[in-house]
Amino acid sequence: MTVAVAAELGLCLCHRCHKACDLNASPHTCPRCGAHLHRRKRNAITRTWALMLTALILYIPANVLPIMHTTSFKGDSTATILGSVVTLWRDGAWDIATIIFIASVGVPVTKFLVLGLLLCTVHKGDTRSRRDRTRLYRGLELIGYWSMLDVFVAALLTALVQFGALGTIEPRPGILFFGLVVVLTMLATLSFDPRLIWDTDTHDD
Amino acid sequence: MSDNNQLIICEYCDAVYQRPTLARHQQAHCVRCGGLLARPHLFHVDHLLALCLTAIMLIGFLSFYPVLVIRTGGQSHAATLVDAVWALTKGPTDMLALVAAFSIVIVPVTQVALLTWLLGFAHFRQRAPGFRGCMRWLATLGPWSMLEVFLLGALVAVFKISGRIDVLPTMGLLALGGLSLLIIGMAGRDVQRLWDELP
Repeated sequence: MTVAVAAELGLCLCHRCHKACDLNASPHTCPRCGAHLHRRKRNAITRTWALMLTALILYIPANVLPIMHTTSFKGDSTATILGSVVTLWRDGAWDIATIIFIASVGVPVTKFLVLGLLLCTVHKGDTRSRRDRTRLYRGLELIGYWSMLDVFVAALLTALVQFGALGTIEPRPGILFFGLVVVLTMLATLSFDPRLIWDTDTHDD
Repeated sequence: MSDNNQLIICEYCDAVYQRPTLARHQQAHCVRCGGLLARPHLFHVDHLLALCLTAIMLIGFLSFYPVLVIRTGGQSHAATLVDAVWALTKGPTDMLALVAAFSIVIVPVTQVALLTWLLGFAHFRQRAPGFRGCMRWLATLGPWSMLEVFLLGALVAVFKISGRIDVLPTMGLLALGGLSLLIIGMAGRDVQRLWDELP
């Protein structure tokens, strides 16, 4: 199927206001909103790799270090992300355990895998299943921030459980690393340019 | 090239199309990558303004009323949105408190403030002072509002401790749900049309 491509028509999409800008008339800035125009996001591949790898490294302490510390009459206890999922599952709260597992393990791991796949195939100039890969990218945009769930749960529990009969709950560094992982993967998704997937076939197909 | 406004470019694959005329409930998708190109607006500008004023009231409500309350024996503890952010500063997680403050307080409040400003002037068919800047900030802040995630977090927190004590979901939860829906509805694609409607 042949479709007109913006780059070949001398057009460029303004990434801020989504106007179709004529690069011949104003080569550098969007005439409507004044944003700088770029045919593709700058250094998309390098930035995405850098942010994703940093996130991947921080994901290790996020899982190894405890995220919460509970002090109560029964004694102290610390919990890691996976530890709290296991505890919830054993207590019979399999539904909550599943939600937390999906948000804290499923979503980040999916993001790493999908971003890795997109980066590698774009690097190789792969022309297969471009439509599906674009769909994967849209999926990334959609699930982006849901892994913040555990951070907010920890924040709320800390705010609620203070010196009561339940004891005290305090946040621990694991949750900090986890929050940074979420922010970094979101930034990585934002710096990737899905149009690179389609740049492979501007002349054939 | 004065008819550029009649062209739309797919943000996912760079394909160019003539802007289609859409009926209600119709959407335009890119034939190449399947991305959403255009859909009809859900709300009139004045409806958006009304929703915006509702959002302001909800924000006012949420800044005083707790999202969750727990009761053990004679004691009760309540937590508002700001309390939850504040709680993260108790411990080695200060930086995370910044992230949380940004995503569940600063971003939503700024979005609603910018929208009120823009839509208030749009009601009188005028561009607000600083129109360009406000619209750009709205687009930038878009992906960073996490109220709906916080809402799910609050529900999870209820179930996590409800086995041991009484947790009372409050009107705050309802207000939070309303506010996150409003922000999703207002700050999305709909508001981008102000570019076209206010020359």
